Amino acid sequence: MQLLVHSVSVDLNNDASLVIDIPDALCERDKVKFTVHTKTTLSSFQKPEYSVQRQHEDFIWLHDTIVETEEYAGLIIPPAPPKPDFEGPREKMHKLGEGESSMTKEEYAKMKQELEKTVQVHEVFLQRLSSHPMFRKDRNFQIFLEYDQDLTVRRKNAKEMFGGFFKNMVKSADEVLISGVKEVDEFFEQEKNFLLDYSSKIKDATAKAEKMTRSHKNVADDYNHISGALNNTAADNNTAFKKHLEKCAEVFEKLRKVEDRMASDQELKLTELLRYYTRDIQAAKDLLYRRARALADYENSNKALDKARLKGKDVAQAEENQKQCLQKFDKLSESGKKELTSFKARRVVAFRKNLIEMTELEIKHAKNSVSLLQGSIEILKSN
Amino acid sequence: MSGSCGRIPPPFPDNEDQEAESDTRVLDSDEDDDDEGEDIFTGARSNPITPTSAPDEGDIFSEEGSYIRSDVHHATNGLHPDEEELDLFTEATVELTLTNTTSQGRREIIGPTASACNTTQVPNSILKPSIVTKTTEELEEEESGDQFELNIAVTNPEKIGDGMNAYMSYKVSTQTTLPMFLNKTFSVRRRFSDFLGLYEKISAKHSLLGCIIPPPPQKSVVGMTKVKVGKEDSSSAEFVEKRRAALERYLQRVVAHPSLLQDPDVREFLERDELPRAVNTQTLSGPGLLKMINRASDAVNKMTIKMNESDNWFESKLQEVENEEQLLRRLHAAVDSLVNHRKELCSNTAVFSKSVAMLGSVEENSALSRALSQLAEVEDKMEQLHQQQAFSDFFILAELLADYIRLLGAVRCCFEQRMKVWQRLQEAQSTLQKKREAEAKLLWANKPEKLQQAKDDINEWESKVSQYERDFERVTCTVRKEVLRFEKEKARDFKQHIVKYLESLLHTQHRLVKCWEAFLPEAKAIA
Repeated sequence: MQLLVHSVSVDLNNDASLVIDIPDALCERDKVKFTVHTKTTLSSFQKPEYSVQRQHEDFIWLHDTIVETEEYAGLIIPPAPPKPDFEGPREKMHKLGEGESSMTKEEYAKMKQELEKTVQVHEVFLQRLSSHPMFRKDRNFQIFLEYDQDLTVRRKNAKEMFGGFFKNMVKSADEVLISGVKEVDEFFEQEKNFLLDYSSKIKDATAKAEKMTRSHKNVADDYNHISGALNNTAADNNTAFKKHLEKCAEVFEKLRKVEDRMASDQELKLTELLRYYTRDIQAAKDLLYRRARALADYENSNKALDKARLKGKDVAQAEENQKQCLQKFDKLSESGKKELTSFKARRVVAFRKNLIEMTELEIKHAKNSVSLLQGSIEILKSN
Repeated sequence: MSGSCGRIPPPFPDNEDQEAESDTRVLDSDEDDDDEGEDIFTGARSNPITPTSAPDEGDIFSEEGSYIRSDVHHATNGLHPDEEELDLFTEATVELTLTNTTSQGRREIIGPTASACNTTQVPNSILKPSIVTKTTEELEEEESGDQFELNIAVTNPEKIGDGMNAYMSYKVSTQTTLPMFLNKTFSVRRRFSDFLGLYEKISAKHSLLGCIIPPPPQKSVVGMTKVKVGKEDSSSAEFVEKRRAALERYLQRVVAHPSLLQDPDVREFLERDELPRAVNTQTLSGPGLLKMINRASDAVNKMTIKMNESDNWFESKLQEVENEEQLLRRLHAAVDSLVNHRKELCSNTAVFSKSVAMLGSVEENSALSRALSQLAEVEDKMEQLHQQQAFSDFFILAELLADYIRLLGAVRCCFEQRMKVWQRLQEAQSTLQKKREAEAKLLWANKPEKLQQAKDDINEWESKVSQYERDFERVTCTVRKEVLRFEKEKARDFKQHIVKYLESLLHTQHRLVKCWEAFLPEAKAIA
């Protein structure tokens, strides 16, 4: 079953030299196949324009290879998109595949909304990469965009090579590490405090937004049930009463659509925004971890050098080690500072864009409701 | 009393005289009514009261609920004792919040009937005009008919006493121009059991005649216990408000019924300062009443097969009523679900609002921080909107459905009454038959001394049979009338409430637009 979903992305396609979008997604059984469409003027690519089919796992592979790349340690790695979650509709999809049952309008609408969300988040991931001066040059990224075959084989190889070592290492680092580090740099000290605080607040806001959105959708569902019950009551009736009931049922049905749209737009623009930045904050924190680790390594290398000098053994080696650790740490600090600064700006821009879009959409939907209700009230009164 | 037309003042509680009553009713002649074919008004019709049709004959059950939007945290309406009686009706809609409160119920009774409410009585300009305006027909009717007015409000719930013996006392205020009352405006205090007692009295008298008696609100042990124990939270305040509104609607329906209005018990209820305490209202508690109604239904079901109907109007109508009751139950369940989800949405929005405010407070970019605080405020306003909408969902829609589910039960009772009367007739007929057979036996056995007794018996039973036949005719006629009137009222009631409900939704959406429009520049100001 094909569901075409127009992307609702945070527009990161500022640079025309590499423009990526996901114009549609195919929903098959419980797999989603994204169509990744690229337009480029860069010579490093073989063709100026092409489309490939990718699955969620391919995105994860790409993310993981980037995380594992030592070179990118000083950058904020764009967070991996979460796995598409279809819950109930998934079972339906299975059944559909086997040729049984059919989806109700409700289920179809829910699937479409989920699909919209997942397309948006996968698209943003790619666009973050394409808009970053270093990531866009990544070889694997290019393969991801260009390679017209299945990436499954490569994915398997990658797993064998890295074994997820570095990733695990980063993940297991806890906040004690960064908060414990003696920070000499004012900038990083401030950033650390801000990120820790912000991280917990945004996680909380995301959870609360999710609950609110769910309630909103429940209300829309109730309108649907009321509409059905009104129609049933009308069917049994044979008086003038019948027309009123039918009209009322119609109103509830239309209201449901609007309410549903309101809920899902709020989800797409606000809840998804908060979700995304919760993950992005985590990516920024990961950067701080890596820098803190580099600092720890440097401090250790200093101690090792002192010991070596005392013992008079392997001094040169220790000196070399110390130099490298310092280099690494400086590099991370320098690029880290740049990344975190642009992260701030990016965050503000994204919030602004999404809040404006959400507000405009909510106004539009509420106005639709107003005219729908006004019209219906007129009709009912005039009867 | 500008009696320009041939209106006969309502006959006094002489319920035998059904025909006289029917002549004085405003007739539905022009109404696009789905009359089941028969012309039930057998008596000579008086000229129609108004030149135009009278669509709102204002029969039994049309009413405007008095949805007094008191702040759920207040148990009373904060009425000052020195306020004029007339102002009561304003005060009853006190404590308005951002959105409208719906209008207070008004009954305007023209002669024995009633029509929809009257603009001039509603003082508060915030109230939605649509509920309150009359159609031109209604206005014309008023002009030319005898203008009798009766408005009832139930307000000022007050807790009397403490602990488990405590009870809520309600102020029942009446404003009327009907001559049968001693004053024009007056009020009394009543407690819940008084209302149940009234129902018992009315029911005992009128249900035998086939009238549809409006059922009283249900008892609730849980709800009342919380109040007694003194739990001062929003759920007990909500319970009191729910009960107050239900009691008001109940009285409004009672007085909207022409026969019931004439009943001296009703008058006494409204007027008399102290009522003797009603006892034995246990049977009338929620489950008790329900059981009674269900038994009625079973009895009817068993009997319907035996009854030989000349036309199957009664049979099919009863079936319709039963079906409709089921459908309304399902609809009510759906609306109930909506009320609950909307309340959830309300509390989730409040929680989210606080969370956004926290986020805004840690945000380092000052413009974004400000926008987030503004967003928190918007969400806060939305919480209030959701709460008010949940209130409307409940009081306009859910309670309407709950009322009608119980009213349909009362309609079924009414059919049962007819059954009972028929049964009594059948029994009398069979007794008469037996007496005749006995007489025949005596004649044959040639026992002249017992013959006189037998003849007397036969005479007695013959007159009983003809009495019961007349009773049955009358009940049949009344039930038919009642049902038709009920249906019209139901249609009108539902339409009014649907419109009112849609208007509440409209109001909420308007406010939503305003909230978001106010926020938009804040969002755009982020830099």
